[in-house]
Amino acid sequence: MARSVNFYLSAPLMEAGLESPIDEEGVHDSFSQLIAEQSQNGGVPDAFELQQLQRDLDEEGQDNVPYLPSPGPEYRGRPEGQTGTEWEDNDGEMDPLVGERWSSATMKILSSMPSRTIGRSRGAIISQYYNRTMQLRRRRQTRPAIAGSYRAARPSIRGYGIESDTTDDVAASKRDRLVNNLQNLSGGDRVRMLRAIPLSVAEKRELRRLALQKEHRTQTASRIPCCSQLKYYIIIAARQSWYSWLSFLHSLQLWQVALKRVSGRFGSGVLSYFLFLKTLLFFNLFLFLVTGAFLVLPQAVHPPAPSIGRRSFSGLELLTGGGYFSDSVMYYGYYCNYTLRKSCQEDVLVANETRSNCASKHHSYNMPLAYFFTIGFAFFITCIILVYSMSKSFGQSFRIDKSRSILAIKVLCSWDFKVIKKTSVKLMSENICTQLKELLAEGNHKQDEKTRCQKLKRLMVHGLAWAICIAGSIACALGIYFFSDHMHQNLRQTSRFVPKNPLLNEASLLALPVVVSLMNQLLPGLFNLVAWMEDYESPTIRTYVAISRNLILKVSVLGVLCFHWLGRVATEPESIGLQCWESFVGQELYRFLLMDFIFTLLDTLFGEFLWRLFSEKVLKRKRSPEFDIPRNVLDLIYGQTLAWLGVLFTPILPAVQILKLFLLFYIKKSSVMMNCQAPRRPYRVSQMHTIFISLLCFPSFLGASVCVTYTMWSIPPSFSCGPFRGLGTMFQAGKKWMEELEKDNPNLSLLARAHSYLLEHPFFLFVGAGIFLIVIYFHSQVVDGQRKIISLLQEQIENEGEDKKFLITRLQSIHERKRTPARRQDSNY
Amino acid sequence: MGNKQTIFTDEQLDAYQDCTFFTRKEILRLHGRYHELAPHLVPMDYTNDPDCKLPLALIVNMPELKENPFRNRIVESFSEDGMGNLSFNEFVDMFSVLSEMAPRELKAIYAFKIYDFNVDNYLCKEDLEKTLNKLTKEELTPEEVELVCEKTIEEADLDGDNKLSYADFENMITRAPDFLSTFHIRI
Repeated sequence: MARSVNFYLSAPLMEAGLESPIDEEGVHDSFSQLIAEQSQNGGVPDAFELQQLQRDLDEEGQDNVPYLPSPGPEYRGRPEGQTGTEWEDNDGEMDPLVGERWSSATMKILSSMPSRTIGRSRGAIISQYYNRTMQLRRRRQTRPAIAGSYRAARPSIRGYGIESDTTDDVAASKRDRLVNNLQNLSGGDRVRMLRAIPLSVAEKRELRRLALQKEHRTQTASRIPCCSQLKYYIIIAARQSWYSWLSFLHSLQLWQVALKRVSGRFGSGVLSYFLFLKTLLFFNLFLFLVTGAFLVLPQAVHPPAPSIGRRSFSGLELLTGGGYFSDSVMYYGYYCNYTLRKSCQEDVLVANETRSNCASKHHSYNMPLAYFFTIGFAFFITCIILVYSMSKSFGQSFRIDKSRSILAIKVLCSWDFKVIKKTSVKLMSENICTQLKELLAEGNHKQDEKTRCQKLKRLMVHGLAWAICIAGSIACALGIYFFSDHMHQNLRQTSRFVPKNPLLNEASLLALPVVVSLMNQLLPGLFNLVAWMEDYESPTIRTYVAISRNLILKVSVLGVLCFHWLGRVATEPESIGLQCWESFVGQELYRFLLMDFIFTLLDTLFGEFLWRLFSEKVLKRKRSPEFDIPRNVLDLIYGQTLAWLGVLFTPILPAVQILKLFLLFYIKKSSVMMNCQAPRRPYRVSQMHTIFISLLCFPSFLGASVCVTYTMWSIPPSFSCGPFRGLGTMFQAGKKWMEELEKDNPNLSLLARAHSYLLEHPFFLFVGAGIFLIVIYFHSQVVDGQRKIISLLQEQIENEGEDKKFLITRLQSIHERKRTPARRQDSNY
Repeated sequence: MGNKQTIFTDEQLDAYQDCTFFTRKEILRLHGRYHELAPHLVPMDYTNDPDCKLPLALIVNMPELKENPFRNRIVESFSEDGMGNLSFNEFVDMFSVLSEMAPRELKAIYAFKIYDFNVDNYLCKEDLEKTLNKLTKEELTPEEVELVCEKTIEEADLDGDNKLSYADFENMITRAPDFLSTFHIRI
């Protein structure tokens, strides 16, 4: 790419008194184009040399200047003298580039180097994007339309649109070539490329118009066969419908105004909590649509025979989920285990012969199979969506090399443009100021060497804090274990006798959820207190520690509860007088979800509202409480885990969760606006988002799906209720179906055998997991390699910088030497 | 499709949709916002692309920009004449680049333009000093400002010319994953 630069001035240029030390012919052609551009755009030439340069460039006419775009705002032509004086001021620098008095021509050339003009001058932008569209075309390997290729190009390369060095190409402007490339891209690629080009919208519209115009022309000119035309129309129609679907989605604009107000006042950190809530809402909406359409609706339309002993409605049902609701479409027990068919009763009245027609009608719906596959499908799709969003978030926030430009990032990337309220803006300025001062102080004093004694003391304090927190979590878990056991024994007792007060018995079922929710809300407060006495180096570590302690608590609580339900209640349901343990577990989950919501409300009331009043009136502090983002997000994740655990037993639970999230949004939003202030500590939004999505995926979703899989695989379903009654495990519904299929259609026996073989031998699971681990290992090695390459490239960039400095100083010194003999000659005359 | 509106032709709306990150409804909403800044100046009928520019003072009074310390530079970077007079195309361009869906590279280009106060293609020390003063509302002492600017250049300058070129800036942006979420204005 680099042509050799001629260090010696050619004679005609020297006579003209030209300052440029560079032989114009030897210059890379982009230089000449850019020089010519600037000479046409140039601002006030303040030196005689500059005027000379301009005149000579115009005279020479060697500039085969292609299309010159109109001057952009970025070339208001700052006079070079200004940059010169700025450099002169730094005389004390050892850097050879600085402090020299460069000739204006040198500085002009320096400022027009290609690396300096990327993203600035239009010509450079157009060339850059021309190259990119070329790369994209090569990658896509689309064959351009025959009519668009150059006649002069060799036939072998006509199909690739490769630049050929014919005079035709030189004549065609870069802009036309860009338009040609755009035209040859597919619709989606073209739109993406157009959007990413950093030109003004007016120019982009012009490019688009030209690209589409050409397309129309080539289409009509070449008489495309009708099937391609049909394809073209289909693509256009698909694009239009996609845009209208997007418009519709955007017009729903759930909470757009509310989110804007929150972000305007609190910034991206608090906004991330509300966006997370919105994401969870969409997950639950999807879940509800699936279970509603495939389970709830068919069963509601074909209700089974009503069971005896159905209790009447009393208000307590809304809290406990039992009573009237226990025999409704809400719970597992209501669902039939036979194939639903359209009601044949009226046909019987008409004629007896039509009864046979009933059986052969294809309005049949195999309920057990539907239940099994719907739950499996819902979990599978949720898993895919979660893993996809987790990897996308991880990709955005993961940085291969350790960041060493913390101060630079703080100065240039930390201002949150979303904040529009005056007081919040002031607060943000203060925060940034404080953080900058801290960073400066850190940099100045380098870590004070702590004495061994101090280090030990800090370690002890940390150890004590962790011990307290873990002991608290374990105590909590044990407490729940024994309390649930106690409740279990109580139920055993009461089931033996006829209940005197059924309502009281129902209400006593609420005790366990209340205790668990209480612990869930109080213990994080204890953790915060403990963290207050510790001293952390950075706020990030403090946040991570708080999240992990909270996580340990919630995981242990959920673990104990799952053991209680699946290990105690499910294994001996008759001992507590249950006909249908799945419905009971479903009710328990409903109660837990509801109590969690109520306690969150109470916590918002006490933690934020009353605390603010207290701190204002009693403590006379000016600062309101801060919104504790990690804690609230973990609460959301906990609620979502409960919802996922409960879908199997309560297909309507996602609807309850949707309602809960909806109400929670408005309550939290009003509380935040009224009571809280923006966080003082810096909050890394994308990192936290990645962590929360990973927490949602790994402990939460994975745990829920493991429990559900275990239930379906190992636990025998109730004998007298639900769609899987009578089967050994829920999983056998699938097996039974395969067997039936095989019976009906012997050709599928191979498939059936393969299916049963795969399921019964876990060997394939191990092999699959092993391959997965190997792939992960390879990728981590690739990342390591890339890290090394990045450091090598940085070294290269530094070397290039040194080369440039060397070349410029040499050129300038040679130019000086050439000029002084010429001047001496002049002065002699 | 949808309601019949007479502000833009369908072809214009398609063009806007392809060239920016907004949908049709959002473009119409933006036109509403643009119009309400100066109801007498901005025509309701844009079908023949009228040449109407609003001055800097009007745009900078929008609630989304009013408290932003960089508001003048933001509007100037998107204006064709460099003085901050925005036509509707430039108005849409500004909010499109600052929207959620704009890619990192595009945002980096315009962020560089915004912080480059003297428009010389580099973030030199003066530019950084001005940026800092606007960020901290001049709460830092001049020595601290000097120190911060020096350290910033030291950290981010790769090719050693004591200024940050676009390449240096872009390299630094790749290390700041939060850039995408902070360089975002909701309209």
